[in-house]
Amino acid sequence: MITLTIDTSTNILGVAILKESELIAQKITRVNQDHSSRLMPAIVELMNDVNIKPNELGKIVVAEGPGSYTGIRIGVTVAKSLAWSLNIPIIAVSSLESLAYQAQLKDGLVCSFFDARRNNVFAGIYRFNKGVITSIKPDANLSFKALEAELLSINEEVILLSPDIDKFKSLMTDDIKLLATIPEPTYHIANPVNLALIAKGKSADNLHQLTPEYLRMAEAEVNWLKAKEKGSEK
Amino acid sequence: MNKDYYILAIETSCDETAAAIIKNGREIITNIVASQIESHMRFGGVVPEIASRHHVEQITLVLDRAIAEAEMTWDEIDAIAVTEGPGLVGALIIGVNAAKAIAFAKGKPLIPVHHIAGHIYANQLENEFEFPLLALIVSGGHTELIVMKEHGKYEVIGETLDDAAGEAFDKVARVLDLPYPGGPQIDKLAKEGTETIEFPRAWLEKDSYNFSFSGLKSAVINYIHNKKQKNESINKADVATSFQASVVDVLIEKTYKAAIEYDVKQVIVAGGVAANSGLRTALEERFKSSQIPLMIPPLYLCTDNAAMIGAAASVLYEKEEFADWDLNANPGLILK
Ligand SMILES: [Zn+2]
Repeated sequence: MITLTIDTSTNILGVAILKESELIAQKITRVNQDHSSRLMPAIVELMNDVNIKPNELGKIVVAEGPGSYTGIRIGVTVAKSLAWSLNIPIIAVSSLESLAYQAQLKDGLVCSFFDARRNNVFAGIYRFNKGVITSIKPDANLSFKALEAELLSINEEVILLSPDIDKFKSLMTDDIKLLATIPEPTYHIANPVNLALIAKGKSADNLHQLTPEYLRMAEAEVNWLKAKEKGSEK
Repeated sequence: MNKDYYILAIETSCDETAAAIIKNGREIITNIVASQIESHMRFGGVVPEIASRHHVEQITLVLDRAIAEAEMTWDEIDAIAVTEGPGLVGALIIGVNAAKAIAFAKGKPLIPVHHIAGHIYANQLENEFEFPLLALIVSGGHTELIVMKEHGKYEVIGETLDDAAGEAFDKVARVLDLPYPGGPQIDKLAKEGTETIEFPRAWLEKDSYNFSFSGLKSAVINYIHNKKQKNESINKADVATSFQASVVDVLIEKTYKAAIEYDVKQVIVAGGVAANSGLRTALEERFKSSQIPLMIPPLYLCTDNAAMIGAAASVLYEKEEFADWDLNANPGLILK
C-alpha cells in the first residue's frame, strides 16, 4: 500500500511517499510560509517523480497540529479532500509527536515544541522505550516557563526539539540546561516520514469529523467568554 | 460546445461553505450551502479565524452532499471550479486547497472564479444574458456597477469609495441595537416606519457612478447620538425607513442613469443586499416604464452560494482557461 504524508504545521513544508514502510520519495522545504500555493505542487511533483498516480494512493497521513492555524488548515484540508475524493483512509497525527520522533534512536525523554508567541509554546512530552514512543503529557499550549517547570519536576535527561530552538535557548534557565540535550539544527525539523511510522499503529479517523488540533480557542472566542463572565458577575 | 458538461463548484470566500454541481453553466443539479451565521452572531460580525475553522469542518461534508444528492459519479464531472477571490484570505484558502486536491485526485481541470463574476452569473441560472448588460452588485463587501459587452469580460464603471452598502446596513443596525446580521432587520423595520428624517445622499461628482456610504452612516450615528443627549426618544422604524430610502435612492438613480447611458439590454442585480425588499420594489418601480428588463435572482441565489461560481466558471471552461496547481487565494482579486 502507498501512503502519502503531509506536514504544514510550521514554516516547514514536508511531504513523503511510502510503499509499505519504505520511503520512496520525500520533500522538505523551509522557506517562509505560503503553503497554500506550494503544497499541491510539492505533492504533484513528488508523485510524478516516482510515477505514482493519484488512484494508487492507499492512505493519507496528515500532521493535525498544533502549529500555525493557517498552516494546519491547509494540510488538513488537502489531506481530507484527497482522502474523500479518492475514498481512502485518513489518519491524523500530532505535529509534536512527529517532531519528537526525530529522537527515535535513543531511549528516554523527549520534549518537542513550537513557538506560540509571547514566550508561549505548543509542547508535548514523550518517551522512547526500545524505540517505541508514548506520550507522557498531552500536547498543550503553555508558557515556556511552565514547560521548564514540568521538565524540572520530571527531573530526567531530556532531548529538546524545536524548529524555534534558537529563540528559546536564550530563555532557558541553567537548571534546564543541565537536563537538556540539544542536537544539531537539522534534527529539529520533523521528517514527514515520521507521520507514516506513527500512523502504523493507529486506526483510520472519521474523515468528515477530522479537524485541526489548534489547542487554543480563537482570540475572539476567548474575549467573548471573558466579556460574558464579566457580565454574569454583575 | 455541443456536449453537456458538469462543473463541481466550491465557494468559501466569507461565512458560507458551499458546493454545487452545475450543468452547462445554466442548470442547477445540486446546490448545498452551510451557513455559519449562527456562530458569528454572538460576535456581531464575521470573525475571520472562526470562519476559517468552520470551513475546514464543513468542506468535505458539503462536497459529499453535493455529489450524493446529484447521484453522479466522478466520471460525469468535467471540471472543478472555486472562488479565488476576493474575500477573507483564510476562508478562501480552504476552498482553493480543497478544489486543487480534488482536481488533482480526479484528474479534472481547475477553474478559478472571481466572486463578483459569480454573483453576476447567478442570473444565468434563471435567464439568458443579452449584451450589453449592466450589473449592480450590492453586498456586505461590495457595491459596484459593471458593464458587460460579452461573456467573461467585465468593465467596472462605478464602485464604493468607502463602505459597501451592506456594511452601512450592518453598522446602522448596530447603533439601533438590532441583532446581526443587520440588513434584513433594517429592511423589516423600514416597512413599519415613515421617511421623516432627511439623511444625506452622496451623489458625488455629476457623472460619477461611484458610491459613498460613510457620510450617511455618520449622519445616522450623529442623529441617534443627538437624540440620546437631549433625552429624546428615537423612533427606530423611522430611522430605518429614512436610512434605507437614502441608500436605495442613490443605488437606483445611478443604476438607471448608467443603464440609459450604456444603452443596455438587461439590468442585473446581485449580491446579498439584492435580497432587500425595499431595494427590489424601488428598482422594479424605477424600471417599469423603461424598456429595459430588470433581473433579480431569487433570494437563495443572491446570498453567497457555489451554484453561481459554477455558472461563472462555464465561460472559462468553454475557453479552457484553467489554473495550475500553484493557484492561491487572492483576497484582493480584481474583476476584469
Ligand atoms: Zn458575495
